[in-house]
Amino acid sequence: MPDSKPQLAVTVNYPAGAVALQEAPLAEVGVKAILPVDRREFVRFPHLYRVLHACMIVSFITLALTGLSLKFSYTPWAARFSRLLGGFETAGYVHRFAAIVMFGTFTAHVIGLFRQKRRDKTTWKSILFGPNTLLPTKQDMHEFVATIKWFVGLGPRPKYGRWTYWEKFDYFAVFWGIVVIGSTGLTLWFPVFFTRFLPGSFINVATIIHSDEALLATGFIFTVHFFNTHLRPEKFPMDTTIFTGHMPLAELKRDKPREYAALVASGELEQHLEEPQPAIVVKTIRIFAWIALGTGFSVVLWILYAMLFAYR
Amino acid sequence: MLFLLSVTLIVRCSASQPTSDDCLACHSDKSLNTKRGGRTVSLFVDQKKFASSVHGSLQCTNCHADLDGKDLPHSTPLAKVNCGSCHGDEAGQYAKSLHGKAVARGDALAPRCVTCHGNHDILPVKDQRSAVAPMKVPFLCGQCHREGTPVQTSRNISEHEILENYSESIHGEGLLKKGLIVAANCASCHTAHFILPHTDPNSSINRRNIAATCTQCHANIELVHRKTIRGELWEKQANTLPACVDCHQPHKVRNVFYSQGMADADCMRCHGDERLRSADGRSMLVRVAEVASSRHVKVACSQCHSEVNASKVRPCETITHPVDCTACHAEVGQQYQRSTHGQMHAKGDLNAPFCKDCHGAHHVLGKHNPESLTFPTNVPDLCAKCHREGQKAALLYTGMERAIIPRYNESIHGKGLLKSGLTVTATCTSCHTAHRELPASDPESTVNPKNLPGTCGNCHHGIEEQFVQSIHSSAVTKTDKPLPVCNDCHTAHSIRRTDQDRFKLDIMDTCGHCHAEIAKTYFDTYHGKVSKLGYTKTAKCYDCHGAHDIQKVTDPRSHLSRANVVATCQKCHSDATRRFAGYLTHATHHDPKKFPFLFWTFWGMTALLIGTFTVSGVHTLLWLPRAFQMRRELRAAEAAAAEAEENSGNTASSSKDGDDAR
Repeated sequence: MPDSKPQLAVTVNYPAGAVALQEAPLAEVGVKAILPVDRREFVRFPHLYRVLHACMIVSFITLALTGLSLKFSYTPWAARFSRLLGGFETAGYVHRFAAIVMFGTFTAHVIGLFRQKRRDKTTWKSILFGPNTLLPTKQDMHEFVATIKWFVGLGPRPKYGRWTYWEKFDYFAVFWGIVVIGSTGLTLWFPVFFTRFLPGSFINVATIIHSDEALLATGFIFTVHFFNTHLRPEKFPMDTTIFTGHMPLAELKRDKPREYAALVASGELEQHLEEPQPAIVVKTIRIFAWIALGTGFSVVLWILYAMLFAYR
Repeated sequence: MLFLLSVTLIVRCSASQPTSDDCLACHSDKSLNTKRGGRTVSLFVDQKKFASSVHGSLQCTNCHADLDGKDLPHSTPLAKVNCGSCHGDEAGQYAKSLHGKAVARGDALAPRCVTCHGNHDILPVKDQRSAVAPMKVPFLCGQCHREGTPVQTSRNISEHEILENYSESIHGEGLLKKGLIVAANCASCHTAHFILPHTDPNSSINRRNIAATCTQCHANIELVHRKTIRGELWEKQANTLPACVDCHQPHKVRNVFYSQGMADADCMRCHGDERLRSADGRSMLVRVAEVASSRHVKVACSQCHSEVNASKVRPCETITHPVDCTACHAEVGQQYQRSTHGQMHAKGDLNAPFCKDCHGAHHVLGKHNPESLTFPTNVPDLCAKCHREGQKAALLYTGMERAIIPRYNESIHGKGLLKSGLTVTATCTSCHTAHRELPASDPESTVNPKNLPGTCGNCHHGIEEQFVQSIHSSAVTKTDKPLPVCNDCHTAHSIRRTDQDRFKLDIMDTCGHCHAEIAKTYFDTYHGKVSKLGYTKTAKCYDCHGAHDIQKVTDPRSHLSRANVVATCQKCHSDATRRFAGYLTHATHHDPKKFPFLFWTFWGMTALLIGTFTVSGVHTLLWLPRAFQMRRELRAAEAAAAEAEENSGNTASSSKDGDDAR
């Protein structure tokens, strides 16, 4: 693995990040590298977001399994899984509990944004419209076009910033999903309350939206997100950045050259470097991530089976 | 006074009432006849005979009351004469008698007044020419009650060769040979008009009454019987004494000592021996203890084996037929004859069970004795002897019900009977009857769909009341399609408790047999989906529609009518409102006409799905070659770096550490 030798990663050739290196103040990086062994890594995600992503994984997979077992109740696996959980009733409680966890994750993220603003003594404007914004920008549009060109061999790989457009898409897909699935889910959870001001047949509509949007979310996360982030041949089998919070510096240079350049330019890079996670942590994370990946793929297979072979 | 009466009579007659002379104006014509049921019937009335009959002083209209006020000649056939208008007592007795009841049933063979007494020529009983004079009675009754007559062959009459036996009996001899008109004739014992079967407690020949009947003539007969019966028993335990007929066979009463020839003890002289065999090798042993503990303890051998003849040295040598239980159990016998068992038996099918196959021979215990084969808890095993898979009845049976016995044993009825010991639980005979078993296809069968609600309703009466008013009842819904009855939902032999999960989960498929489409859409909704997962606390068909009281939803009595639907939802959703009840419990997103908004929501969502997956799928596919290219380049760089590292003499350990760290 290239990122397993950080001292080399910093100093020695980087075909993909070559462009970035040219612009970076080589000497400065080089000095660090010459020190006996500098294995420090770039901290991409703070603790909160690593925890939130883990919460997200657990709650999302739980919701997907318990929910899809209801959606595909006509497949034998659904009944089996339901029994495994101790009956459908328990599956329902688990589903609602996981929903609360996900709502909590969502809330924690929003609170996290506020705290980040206060800690960084920054403004909403700079968060929302600064260079590191998660909102789609013109730049994303250009990068999307450039990426397609790169795909078909009509140009170089674009120099992505902190958030690529597909990462932004993933992020807002979750936002949208939580709003759509969450609101319809609440309707289904408290039908008596919601039918005080909505017609009874809205429950039927909510059922369709909730279930199909959930199908979209699970399908998207377990295929597109998995591929874009983890299974891309150059990252295969997985990218642990979101779990460890750490990204090898070389990878930062290669994959996020614009951010790297900006950090170097502002001289803030040093603040974002940390020693790698202890081996045992990384090992635990890998086991966890493997389970999540495996479950996700099983769910995809189950969906395909249910949709293609058992659909009624 | 007389004058006044006759004047009135004359006046009335001249006004409207035809006199006997008026009638005879036509009916004295010997050629007057009419066609009745294809036969020519003479309408001639012999004026002379009528004048000398007991009714000679009466006018025609006294009996033919319906002629009163009619103009002559009358056209329609006259109504049957009601003798009871004068002979009220006799008519009343007759109506309650075997003959009267048979007439009321419409039995064409049953005798009416005229059958015995004649019509216009009725003579006084004392007149030896009368048809009912003592000397003539045996022949009068014998017209029907002798061998070979339709009555004797087609009706249930336990005695055989009645007239023949009677005429040889001491009574017959006295009457017919010695001309003793005080000798007992048929009517002496059976009464003239109040003839009842001996099984009827009111009958003059019932065991309880027979002594009184016989002692009408044989006064002080107890004194005579002191020789054979301990005198004190007459007072203390009269009920344990044999009845007259136990020794003196009806119709064969002879001047012999039956106590010597036909008592049970005499039978047991031979039949108490274990070595006694019939010609075909069967043991002819009769165990006294068995008979003594049976229901027939008071019945003498000769009462069942009725063909014995006491005058023979071996009284049983005259026996030619097996015991006919219907001699006493006439009604049961009739039912048996109608049943499949009886019909098979009549055809000589050896597979068919006969009385003793179920009840035993000498050890008949009655259904209330737990030792009895017919005691409720023993009934399933009894029927299983033939109806268990592989046994003869199961092999003959071609219907849909298989493994009847084990399935019954596991059913709520079987468990109630065999595990909980509830003797009131339904056994085989509760539904199929004990003696009149018929296939369900027979319209008279108790398990025919038409009759089944009534059969189950014998115990589940409240349910039957609901069901017969429901939409599934044939009394309510007129249709060519088959309507469900009890067993269509509950099955016939594997009836489950309805509060068991299996029943609850299967009910949707059960209803779905007929309501296929509506069951399918149910499974598209939340209730249906969770029930598929084995959850039983969700709304099932009957939770909303009712079970036995299902009505059209437009019916105000329906649980889903506008007035009731909210309360129905509230059974589970305690705060449900009318708007909540608007939830579509059978919605499907496949029907754009019925549920357009569901249809378009579904296709909108599907379009979103397809769109998203197409765009991201293409994006991913395009990415793949580049990603592989990057992977190759990275690997190459890695290899180059590793080489460089080795060359530069760096320690392998640091690189190893790095590896481990990752």
